[in-house]
Amino acid sequence: MAQMNMLHAINEALSIAMKADERMVVFGEDVGHFGGVFRATSGLQEQFGRDRCFNTPLTEQGIAGFANGLAANGMTAVAEIQFADYIFPAFDQIVNESAKFRYRSGNEFNVGGLTYRTPYGGGIAGGHYHSQSPEAYFTQTPGLKVVVPRNPEQAKGLLLAAIRDPNPVIFFEPKRLYRASVGDVPEGDYQIELGKADVVKQGSDITVLAWGAQMEIVEKACDMAAKEGISCEIIDLRTLSPWDVDTVAKSVKKTGRLVINHEAPLTGGFAGEIAATIQQECFLYLESPISRVCGLDTPYPLIHEKEYMPDEFKTFEAIKATMSF
Amino acid sequence: MSNAPLNNETVHRVSFLDKASLHIPILRILQADGTTYENAVLPVIDQELAAKIYDTCIFTRVLDERMLGAQRQGRISFYMTCIGEEAAVVGSAAALDKNDVILAQYREQASLRYRGFTTEQFMNQMFSNEKDLGKGRQMPIHYGCSELNYHTISSPLGTQIPQATGVAFSQKLKGERNVTICYFGEGAASEGDFHAGLNMAAVLKAPVIFFCRNNGYAISTPTEEQFAGNGIASRGVGYGMHTIRVDGNDMLAVLAATQQARAYALENNAPVLIEAMTYRLGAHSSSDDPSGYRSKEEEAKWQQHDPVKRFKLWLINKGWLKEADDTSIYEKYREEVLAAVKVAEKLPVPHLDQIIEDVYDVPTPALKKQLKELKEHISKYPKAYPKSAGRL
Ligand SMILES: Cc1ncc(C[n+]2csc(CCOP(=O)(O)OP(=O)(O)O)c2C)c(N)n1
Repeated sequence: MAQMNMLHAINEALSIAMKADERMVVFGEDVGHFGGVFRATSGLQEQFGRDRCFNTPLTEQGIAGFANGLAANGMTAVAEIQFADYIFPAFDQIVNESAKFRYRSGNEFNVGGLTYRTPYGGGIAGGHYHSQSPEAYFTQTPGLKVVVPRNPEQAKGLLLAAIRDPNPVIFFEPKRLYRASVGDVPEGDYQIELGKADVVKQGSDITVLAWGAQMEIVEKACDMAAKEGISCEIIDLRTLSPWDVDTVAKSVKKTGRLVINHEAPLTGGFAGEIAATIQQECFLYLESPISRVCGLDTPYPLIHEKEYMPDEFKTFEAIKATMSF
Repeated sequence: MSNAPLNNETVHRVSFLDKASLHIPILRILQADGTTYENAVLPVIDQELAAKIYDTCIFTRVLDERMLGAQRQGRISFYMTCIGEEAAVVGSAAALDKNDVILAQYREQASLRYRGFTTEQFMNQMFSNEKDLGKGRQMPIHYGCSELNYHTISSPLGTQIPQATGVAFSQKLKGERNVTICYFGEGAASEGDFHAGLNMAAVLKAPVIFFCRNNGYAISTPTEEQFAGNGIASRGVGYGMHTIRVDGNDMLAVLAATQQARAYALENNAPVLIEAMTYRLGAHSSSDDPSGYRSKEEEAKWQQHDPVKRFKLWLINKGWLKEADDTSIYEKYREEVLAAVKVAEKLPVPHLDQIIEDVYDVPTPALKKQLKELKEHISKYPKAYPKSAGRL
C-alpha cells in the first residue's frame, strides 16, 4: 500500500495497463508531453513514446471518432476529454457510434477496447462549463458502461477494469477530488469489478446512495445523522450503467428507506431511474417515499455554487425527513 | 454537372498539390523601429483613431497586469490575458462600425474595451457582484454586453463560429449595413464547428469576418501538433472565401486588412477570413504554467515583437505621442483599475432569487418550488451559505 492522490492513482493505472498491453494508446488535448491539464497522463509519453501517448488537435468530435476507429481495428484506446462539459461536441460519435458499433453490425465490428476518461463535477468555482455532471445522458444510451470512482483506490481498480472491459466505457473522474482525496492504494495490478455497488458502511435505519465526489458529502451527512441516533447504510454505486440493482434492493429491503444524492439536476437525473426501479423491487418494504437530493434544475451557477449543491446539510435534512415520514 | 466553380484544366500524368502550392504572403506595414515599409499602403487612420487604439492597448495591458495580480492574491478566481495579442484584437475592432456584431472567444477583452465597456463593468463581471450584466453566473472574463453588440462568451470552444455565420446572415436578410466579426484561436479552428461555420458562411454568403488569432499555442499544444496544413488561411481559400494572412503584431496591417475585409464583406455579402500571426506572451490562463512546455528563450524572442511597443514607436515618429503622455496614460489606468477593484469587490453578490431566473423566460413551477425549499433550508443553516443567508 502506498498513500497517493487520485491523479497519481489514475496515472499509475494507465501506466500499468500500457505496460501490460502494447496495443494500448492514450491521447487527447494536451495529454502528451504536458501530461494533461490536470496532469493525469504525466510521464506516459516519456515512458512509452509519442506513438502511444500523444496530443490530438483540439476536437472532441475528432477524438471520439478517431478512438472508435482505433478500437474497431483492435487497439485499446483511452481517450481523454479535457472536461466532461466538453464531451458534447463528441456526443454523436459516443452515443450513436461507440454505443452501437457492436449492435448495429451484428458484432462484425465492436469498439470494446475503448475507454473515455473525463473530469466531471463542481465545487471548484468553475461555473457551468467547468462543473457539469452529464452522466445521465450516457446512462440512457444502451451499449455504454458508465463508471465513477470515489477515491484513489477505487479509481485505480475501476480504471484498470474499465480499460480491460470488452465494452466502451465512460469513466467520469471527480475533479474536485483529484488532489483533495488522498488514501492508501494497493501496489501493482488489481481490478474492481464493474457493475457492482460497494456497501461502504453497514447500517439499519436508512440506505443512503451516491457515487463519485458526492460520497464524501453523504458520509458527512450520515455522521450528522449518527449523532441523532440514525444508523445509515451507505452505498457507493460505482458503476451507473449497468447498475447493481440487487445490492441496492437488498439494502433497502433491510432498512426500508432510501435517499439518493447526485450533483446533476434533479429532473431527468439518474436518481429518478434508481427510485423507480427500487420502488418496484421493494414496494412492500418501503416505510417512506424514496427521496432525492440533487442539483437544482438550473445550469450550474458560479456565484451560488454552495446554494446549488446537494450538500451534507440538505442530505442530512432529507435523511431526517425520510426517517420521520 | 454543376461543377461551375471548378476549373477545367486537365493534366495527363499524376500530379499532386501540396501546401507549398498555395502561396500565402503575410501583410506587414509597420517595421520594428516604428517606420513603415516602403510602398506600404496605410489603413485609414487619423490622430484621433490612433489615440483611441493606443489608449485601448494600454488599458488592456494594465487590466491584464492588475487582474493577474488580483488572481494571485485570491481576490478573483481566474483570469486570462490578451498580452502580446493587443494589435490583433484592437486593430480589428477599430476597423468596425459600432453596430457590427462581435462574437469573441475569450481573449479579446481589448475589443470589448474599444467598444466602450467601462472599467466598472469589467470589474463587476470579474467579481460576480450584483451589477454584473451576466448575474454572476459565469467565471471571470466571460463578458458580454448587448448594448455594445458583443455576445456573451461561452466556454465551449468554436461554438461561436457557426453562430457568427447565422448572425451575419440575418444582418443580410434584414438589410442592415453591418457585418459580424468572429474571433477564435488556431486551436479552436480544429473543432467541427469551425468547418461547419465557414462552409455555411461561404455557401450561404454571409457578411462575416472570421478572425483567427494564431498565437502559437492552444494551452500546451504548439501549432505543429494542431495542424499540418498551411496555417488556418489555407482553409479559408479551401472553403472559397477571400482570405488574408497578416502580421498580428502589426497594428497597421491588422487595421488595414480588417477595414478592407469589412468593405468587401458588405459589398459582396460574403465572408472573409483573416489569419493574424501572433504569439501568446502570457500563460494560457491563471491556472497554467507555460514553463512546462516552452522555453524562456522562445518567450524572450517574442517579447521583442511586442505589438504595443511597435505601434508606440510609430505614434512617436508621427509626433502623435510623447513619452511623458505615455507614462501618464499608464498611471491613469493603474489608478483607475485599482480603485474599481476596491469598489467592485465590496458590492454584494446577485440576490438568490436570480438563481432560477433566465433558465426560461419565466421560472417554471418546479424552479419556483425549488427556490422556496432552498430558502427554507438556508434559513435553517445560515452559516453554511454566507453569500445569501443575510438577504433571503
Ligand atoms: C470544446 C472545448 N474543448 C476544450 C476546452 C478547453 N480549452 C480551453 S482553452 C483551450 C485552448 C484554446 O486554444 P486556442 O483556440 O488556440 O486559443 P488561445 O487560448 O491560444 O487564445 C482548451 C483546450 C474548451 N474550452 N472547449
